[in-house]
Amino acid sequence: MAGKGIRKSKDIIVFDCIGYSLVALFGLICFIPFWLVFISSFADETSLLRDGFQLWPQAFSLDAYRWVFENPLRIFIAYRNTIAVTVIGTFLTVFLSVMTGYVLSRPNFPWKNGFSFFFFFTTLFNGGLVPWYILCTQYLQFKNHYYAMILPMMFSVWNMLIAKNFMRSLPYEISESAKVDGAGEMYIFLKLILPISKPLLATLALFSALGFWNDWYNCMLFISDENKQNLQYFLQDMLGSVDALKSMVSSGDLSAVAHQVIPEQSMKMAMTCVVIGPIIFLYPIIQKNFIKGLTIGAVKG
Amino acid sequence: MKDFLVKIRKNKVFMLMLMPAVVYVVVFAYLPMSGIVMAFKNFNYAKGIFGSDWCGFDNFKFLMISGKLWTLSRNTILYNLAFILVGMVFEVGFAIIINELTNRYFKKIFQSFMFLPYFISWVVAKAIIQAVFDYDYGLFNSFLSNIHLDRLNLYTDSSPWPYLLVFFRIWKATGYGSIVYMAAVASLNQDMYEAASIDGANVWQKIFKITLPNLAPTMFIMGLLSVGQIFRGDFGMFYQLIGNNGVLLEVGDMLDLFIYRSMASGSNLGMASAAGLYQSVLCFVTIILVNWVVKKNNPDNSLF
Repeated sequence: MAGKGIRKSKDIIVFDCIGYSLVALFGLICFIPFWLVFISSFADETSLLRDGFQLWPQAFSLDAYRWVFENPLRIFIAYRNTIAVTVIGTFLTVFLSVMTGYVLSRPNFPWKNGFSFFFFFTTLFNGGLVPWYILCTQYLQFKNHYYAMILPMMFSVWNMLIAKNFMRSLPYEISESAKVDGAGEMYIFLKLILPISKPLLATLALFSALGFWNDWYNCMLFISDENKQNLQYFLQDMLGSVDALKSMVSSGDLSAVAHQVIPEQSMKMAMTCVVIGPIIFLYPIIQKNFIKGLTIGAVKG
Repeated sequence: MKDFLVKIRKNKVFMLMLMPAVVYVVVFAYLPMSGIVMAFKNFNYAKGIFGSDWCGFDNFKFLMISGKLWTLSRNTILYNLAFILVGMVFEVGFAIIINELTNRYFKKIFQSFMFLPYFISWVVAKAIIQAVFDYDYGLFNSFLSNIHLDRLNLYTDSSPWPYLLVFFRIWKATGYGSIVYMAAVASLNQDMYEAASIDGANVWQKIFKITLPNLAPTMFIMGLLSVGQIFRGDFGMFYQLIGNNGVLLEVGDMLDLFIYRSMASGSNLGMASAAGLYQSVLCFVTIILVNWVVKKNNPDNSLF
């Protein structure tokens, strides 16, 4: 905010010193652990065991990744499941939230307040974990079905409110003039409103994708079949027990690996990188859409 | 009645578009609400929720007798309060600082760094935390032993955990949370700052006299949103970091963990749902009360 060319006044210099160092310090605290995991996944296991995790290991090796990808059955299945659930889930949840938000944003819909409250109330009060779990397992047969990882997160009232607020801000004349031309509400929604709601769709899609990609909770609750588990749960499983690690390795050719030592520590790090991987690529897109998206999301009931 | 039917027919496309979400919410939110009767029943899988025998307030009695309810509630509230208050200081603080800094490249790079932890699940966070704090191999412990201090074994010593949990939470949430405030700061009227500059205000005065008071409504809304969940802990975080570690549970146990444990063990579903109902009712009462108080003072700051 200081004018260019003018000497900065003393208070700004003090502020800048404090400001830059605080941001740098916190930024590094956030970044260094990621760097540590990334670089350790390329570290040689013996050097890891000798020196611990280092910011720059003594010796490098690709062993960890070789182990992760050499007997890849479980990891590929987990990857496939996560990707499928993320893609399908994101599509469904965005469509559902936006369609619902659209209806509630229409001034000519007579029960918009009633229905808004009907949805909003569920964020204020709920039946708790146990009845929900009993419902899902005993009545809806969630156990070991893929939809158990999609349905619980398929509709979020917050996403709906964001969509509603966004669409309320669009000029109503668009739909009014279309209606004069004889267009139905569904047509207006699909052909007129959706195309001009791209920032909203992008924001909701990115957040939902993040949610589905990072979900391990529903998988833990409902999925016990290894062939249906997702990546996050697989990582949790692996971190939790060395046995899981060994079983993953030995699910391939047992005799060939029996004599070798598994690079356990670096492999954990490699697995972590593999799990983070794709979502980090979304990062630049997310950042670009972010401010826009969150200003959209200034939620108020 | 006839008017009503006409109205429905007139809005039938709207109703159809609303139907999927309504069905969803009825099934996944309203039906489980009827399941709160479980809290008053002796639940039996074979008999189902509604067929099980009534047992009055026995489940709540069990909950009281177990003597844990107080500790669990206290932990849940205190951790959440710490998360909310410390979190807000960091989020608002960094939003204001980053907004005032002028070097664009610096801002871009470090803001991206601060954002990184938001992208990962607590499972991944746990792996990352291990790489830093592992007793044998962790970077932090290597550093401690390099400067001739004793290594810290986090998984057998519970005393640093209350601080660590707050730290991890701040670590993960600040980058994301500060964006909301940054958007709010960016939308403030610049004339106020120019007028203040002409009157000779310095940076600090502008921050404390203009920016902060103008951020108050946003802070209230964000705070209210979190206060409404004050009896509901961040299950993902506590489950991954504390989990079933008996030592850590001494300081890190909270309601959601307890409910999950009771449910997963399958031994006492009635008591677990009683605890869940206790939690839901308290959350509901809290948000209504707090919102009412806020609304009374300043209607603009209230949530609904």
